[in-house]
Amino acid sequence: MARLRFAFFVLPILRKKGSPIKKTPLYDRHVDLGGKIVPFAGYLLPVQYPTGVIAEHMAVRTAAGLFDVSHMGELVFTGPDALKNLNHMLTNDFTNMTDGQVRYSPMCNDAGGCVDDLIVYKVREGAYLVVVNAANKDKDAAWMAEHLFGDCKMEDISDTVAQVALQGPSSKEILLKLVGEEDLPKKYYSFIPQITVGGIQCLISRTGYTGESGYELYCAAGEGPALWDLLLETGKDLGLIPCGLGARDTLRLEAAMPLYGHELTDDVGPLEAGLDFAIKLNKDDFIGKAGLEGRLPLTRTRVGLEVTGRGIVREHQDVYIGDQLAGQTTSGTHAPFLGKAIAMAYLSPADAAVGTQVEVDVRGRRVPCKVVPLPFYKR
Amino acid sequence: MNTPDHLRYTKSHEWILFADDGTAKVGLTDHAQDALGDLVFVNLPQVGDALTCGEALGDVESVKAVSDVYSPVTGTVKAVNEDLLDTPEAINSDPYGAWLVEVENITDQEELLDAAAYQDHCAQED
Repeated sequence: MARLRFAFFVLPILRKKGSPIKKTPLYDRHVDLGGKIVPFAGYLLPVQYPTGVIAEHMAVRTAAGLFDVSHMGELVFTGPDALKNLNHMLTNDFTNMTDGQVRYSPMCNDAGGCVDDLIVYKVREGAYLVVVNAANKDKDAAWMAEHLFGDCKMEDISDTVAQVALQGPSSKEILLKLVGEEDLPKKYYSFIPQITVGGIQCLISRTGYTGESGYELYCAAGEGPALWDLLLETGKDLGLIPCGLGARDTLRLEAAMPLYGHELTDDVGPLEAGLDFAIKLNKDDFIGKAGLEGRLPLTRTRVGLEVTGRGIVREHQDVYIGDQLAGQTTSGTHAPFLGKAIAMAYLSPADAAVGTQVEVDVRGRRVPCKVVPLPFYKR
Repeated sequence: MNTPDHLRYTKSHEWILFADDGTAKVGLTDHAQDALGDLVFVNLPQVGDALTCGEALGDVESVKAVSDVYSPVTGTVKAVNEDLLDTPEAINSDPYGAWLVEVENITDQEELLDAAAYQDHCAQED
């Protein structure tokens, strides 16, 4: 046991050499709550609390869970040319967005691989909030600064913001104890910018990374702990518990949401990942358009695998069809709500039909799996 | 952390309980199950397999981690706890009841710690 072979959240590659490890504004809360703290994307964050990953996962599927996601990066784009810049740097089209809408998008490199995936909040004409992955924040900011043009400014406000995700079917009921119905964004992927929650000014969006209904709340970094305490206290009678990175990962995996560094990389782009809904090849030229078009027809595509044999498939394991190496997994786990082992992998489109029988090499042992439709879980 | 006095422990966080007939049961310690988190899969040897002390006898997986389980003794597998194949979470809820294997024909053993020495060892690792 001392020679723990893979601890999936202690990934040294995500820890940038030379940069000091940071704490989120909620770090002391995680320690006080007994969280198991690990380095993740340059931050010290809880992988789980004493309740454990499974209980935290189930709380989000059946009641509610609260996550510290303050490590996410926040970039603000302002100026008359902000929209043109976003349309040029990102694959989605933001032209018809209304104030208060949120839109997901990959950000491609020239080759049609992925720099990051992110969400864009339209605050008003000429003012957008862009939320990016923590591990990519500096890379994204540098990439975007390099490609900025016209009258548009970019500002990194990450260190001034605390962000928590309240996720699960009871999320709305919990928030309604603190704010009015009209204060909550009604549609999935919409937000309200200035809502006072227990005296704390918040931006509330109906977004999340769990496949469950829920909200994400942004506030000033210094008010993060008070917001965290208020939400936990308000929600505890409705089953709300704090949740760590472990449950965040198993939840997004069940919902088949891609994770940068796994399903998306510099090399593997959004077309292979099946994110066509967020790629607008018909809009004006944008970074990566030619690269994306050059990838068609695709040579590999993202599939879901369900383990039919015994074992648990993890990331970076080879997938075989007979003796033929057919691809590699990108994520895999025991899915707590579904009660079975699942994985995502890249296979040739010819091998990707639902029902295809494959085997995954799990540390030298061939584990039978079959291709299943994505997402694994849909509420 | 629970470390019953009647057991012996390895530095790699297995426990062993010797019976009067020369056989022994092996499991994972409370510290081990806590460090691993919710266990969801165990891979055990088969009855009759030869075990060598200090070498892996199988592995266990939690939601987030994989770990080998090392045999504290050299011997042969007399029995495996097949109930764990369906209920690996029993290792979390009852680590000292949820034995993994029973070993017979024991000819060698690793350096084993008593409860106090094992607690000291865990404290040093943390």
